[in-house]
Amino acid sequence: MSPPMSQYDVIVIGGGHAGCEAAAASARTGARTVLLTQKLETIGEMSCNPAIGGLGKGHLVREIDAMDGLMGRMADRSGIQFRMLNRSKGAAVRGPRSQIDRRLYREAMQAELADTPNLTLKPGTAERLMLEGSRVVGVVTTAGEALRAGAVVLTTGTFLNGVIHKGEERTPAGRHGEAPSTGLAEDLREAGLALGRLKTGTPARLDGRTIGWDRLEMQAADANPVPFSFLNSRIDIPQIACGITHTTEATHRIIAENLGESAVYGGRLSGQGPRYCPSIEDKVVRFADKTSHQIFLEPEGLDDPTVYPNGISTSVSDRTQMAFLRTIPGLEAVEVIRFGYAIEYDYVDPRELTPGLEVKARPGLFLAGQINGTTGYEEAGAQGLIAGLNAARAAEGQASLVIGRDQGYIGVMIDDLVTRGVTEPYRMFTSRAEWRLSLRSDNADQRLTPVAEAAGLVGPERRRRFADKQARVRAALEAARSLSFTPREAGDLGISVNADGRRRSIRDLLAHPGVTLDQFHSVMPAIADWSEEVREQVEVDAAYAGYLDRQAADAAALKRDEALHLPADLDYGAIGGLSHEVREKLRRVRPVSLGQAGRIEGMTPGALTALLAHVRRAAA
Amino acid sequence: MTDTIFALATPPGRGAVAVIRLSGPGVDAALTALGVGLPETRVATLRTLRRDDLVLDQALILRFPGPASYTGEDVAELQLHGGRAVVDSVSRALLALGLRPAEPGEFTRRAFQNGRMDLAQAEAVADLVDAETAAQAGQALGQLGGALSRAYGGFRRDLLKALTLIEAEIDFPDEEVPDGLARTAGPLLDGLIMDLETALAGAARGERVREGYRIVLIGETNAGKSALFNALVAREAAIVTPIAGTTRDVLDAELVIGGYAVVLSDTAGLRVSDDPIEVEGVRRARARAEAADLRLWVTGPGDDGGDAAALVRPGDLRVQSKADLGGAMPVNEGMQIAVSTVTGEGLQALQVWIAERVSRDLSGADFPAVTRERHRLRLAEALQAVRSARRGLEAGPETAAEDLRRAASALARVTGAIDVEDVLGEVFASFCIGK
Repeated sequence: MSPPMSQYDVIVIGGGHAGCEAAAASARTGARTVLLTQKLETIGEMSCNPAIGGLGKGHLVREIDAMDGLMGRMADRSGIQFRMLNRSKGAAVRGPRSQIDRRLYREAMQAELADTPNLTLKPGTAERLMLEGSRVVGVVTTAGEALRAGAVVLTTGTFLNGVIHKGEERTPAGRHGEAPSTGLAEDLREAGLALGRLKTGTPARLDGRTIGWDRLEMQAADANPVPFSFLNSRIDIPQIACGITHTTEATHRIIAENLGESAVYGGRLSGQGPRYCPSIEDKVVRFADKTSHQIFLEPEGLDDPTVYPNGISTSVSDRTQMAFLRTIPGLEAVEVIRFGYAIEYDYVDPRELTPGLEVKARPGLFLAGQINGTTGYEEAGAQGLIAGLNAARAAEGQASLVIGRDQGYIGVMIDDLVTRGVTEPYRMFTSRAEWRLSLRSDNADQRLTPVAEAAGLVGPERRRRFADKQARVRAALEAARSLSFTPREAGDLGISVNADGRRRSIRDLLAHPGVTLDQFHSVMPAIADWSEEVREQVEVDAAYAGYLDRQAADAAALKRDEALHLPADLDYGAIGGLSHEVREKLRRVRPVSLGQAGRIEGMTPGALTALLAHVRRAAA
Repeated sequence: MTDTIFALATPPGRGAVAVIRLSGPGVDAALTALGVGLPETRVATLRTLRRDDLVLDQALILRFPGPASYTGEDVAELQLHGGRAVVDSVSRALLALGLRPAEPGEFTRRAFQNGRMDLAQAEAVADLVDAETAAQAGQALGQLGGALSRAYGGFRRDLLKALTLIEAEIDFPDEEVPDGLARTAGPLLDGLIMDLETALAGAARGERVREGYRIVLIGETNAGKSALFNALVAREAAIVTPIAGTTRDVLDAELVIGGYAVVLSDTAGLRVSDDPIEVEGVRRARARAEAADLRLWVTGPGDDGGDAAALVRPGDLRVQSKADLGGAMPVNEGMQIAVSTVTGEGLQALQVWIAERVSRDLSGADFPAVTRERHRLRLAEALQAVRSARRGLEAGPETAAEDLRRAASALARVTGAIDVEDVLGEVFASFCIGK
């Protein structure tokens, strides 16, 4: 008897930001995909701050978009306060960000997924994984239904053994009002995976109709909003302003007096919270000399009175929250729609994963999002896209696609996760990217659309538009690098340079302060036809010229080290010259290449020499 | 399985004592086979070395069992009587026992691989092995003690602080980070540039201590350079004849002056010639003079210095030769000493002057001298990168950060990298990032 046919190629569990991208990416490759989630109506929900993008995070959104993912396009349909962060700084560190209308985003996402070919949306709760040997071949739902598939993507967010803390209360839950998932946590434990515990927090949601807006400083959206998606050229949603206020000494006094109520300071919570997103309790304790902290009052939608007070996440009791909120200018008469809380949840040590996000001990099982110890919609979405793609590839018997650190922030993030693990919820910052000057939000398409195309992820519209833009950008860059001038000729264009007889290209001359493309009109009339995006690429290429050339050389060195493969079953005990500590670290990560081994924390030059010697010997 | 290696640890062919060092799992077996047995560890023990009933030498034996040894393996030292014959016969015996002569630096590499030292220490040990003079040994020991690591640690701290300020401004624009934070790294970078410059000056010094301070004799043909050279070397190393143009190539002699290694070079007289060999000699003389640490400008009676004058730099010494013949030209400026190699007049004064000068140039104790060319290159690369960061700080914090990362990675190979987690840790400790 032949084995029963798989009902699906890929099952995606969870309808958050990782799950949506995973399901859509899998379906885009042509894989028969099902998205299994507790409630279809919460697909695409923004359970924390209703904003997308920022430094590093905006880069990730652009990369998701470059691979024809959803997040950028959905945000363009729902963004209500677009701002380009660091607008006055260089292109590499500009980050697109927008406040989002929660309802519009959710609706856009649900409509998009409903329209996605090869994708089935199915309400239900996965209870257990189905195994054949160590391979995952499907899931069983709480309703007792068995779903078979070639691969499974798990994106359970904070639902694994989630516990909500607020004051003295302690409620098992995944997210506000939703049940936690314990059966899957059990499955992961049985697989021998190392699990850890993290925490995150959220502030109270305020009723905007009770805020004294007229007394607050307001922060407007950009006059010309720049869309996230390379497919969009403008934003049609009305733009709003956010309010800015500050905590006061009275706020801090109330918090200090009631510190024992907080989950962390009351000792009821053990999970590790992030250093960069501390609760207001943390801020009051750790920065005791500061008498005031900034709060952004961010409306959650155009016709939604809910306001998200960004900067004061908390887990003290409702009574104390109300008391301290009302000491804040503009919030003297505020009413609360829902009080803040801290949530603690299990995550899987991401060093249990391959660089393709597959669980090493459970082939066929892919993990993405908070379950891997990350925080943020953008981080989750980017992993989801890669996990969904690789699940579809696994179902077809193909090897995983891995994005390099020199190719994208997606590659930086996944490599950080699987190589170094996490000790706090992992958030993207531009400083994590060694190739920051090359990995810009403006060129995410040039970096990743070809990669995504080769993987079958890109639809016809993007393919056509990218090919067109790419041809124009290449021609312009080529012209700017090849057309050159003597110092005298440059002088004729109004650009004074050393009379050293050296010819300088447009690229060289643009690097001089104050020189603009328009000065070259007379010698290169084609400039008049260059679009804004083409001009930008030429200008950025010139501004970073020396740095980009060096980064390209570094990338070549990286590729050499990545090409030195280490076998998955390498016996580190048999390699001389390794300390016990280094040996343990190598066993923990099982790096796939010498390059990855070199990025493990605490790796010594001597240990790498020994590894290299061993690999060379084995290869000989 | 690792094999057992041996090498002569003292300079070949010199000294009263020659030390052969052994390392590896076969050390004890080799000692037993040489009739030494297994003397108490870490105690110098006098034993007779034998092979096939033949006495090889009377030697002091020192045993250091692994892992608490120099290489981390079993190590032994055989302190033999100096002399080629003894060393050769013991070496042959060790070869016959299956031991292998060490590759250059192999002891150090083994120590490094067994986690017995960091890279800076390993490099310093290589220098220690090479040290032939007291000053060289002193410098190498100072490096082993971690003086170098401390200096590099200071650079690392400054780079980390500057990166913290810059990255905080870049990554947290909407946060409670003071405006213009990146710019405040300016004074910090100015200080770092000065420190790196000091270190680089020290690096050049370190190279001199290791390879020898370079003194070149320059002057017209027949000015008396070779006679002076011989007097200083105190042996007949150069052919000294009264025929002009005798020294056609550069002659080097290694001396020890005031505890420092000095390379003294005699060069061809500087004059126009049709003889291609002499022309080449003059070209080499000029090149050597350009690269020297000190030039001794030798002028004879009635000799105005001619072409050599163009090579003289401030701080060089003019030596009036053939003082016994009289007729020295008056000199308007600079230092001069009159000597006669015939009567010995002035030679003592000249030697004292040179010793003081070498000591002044090489002792500079304000910064531990960096003894490897690689270190010098890395310091130079770091300095260049920090200067570039300083220039670009106002215009583009992201390119300044890139420069500082390059500086950090240039220095990282000596005392450890600056990881992004180090920078983020500083950022979060210094600023309340919490949106």
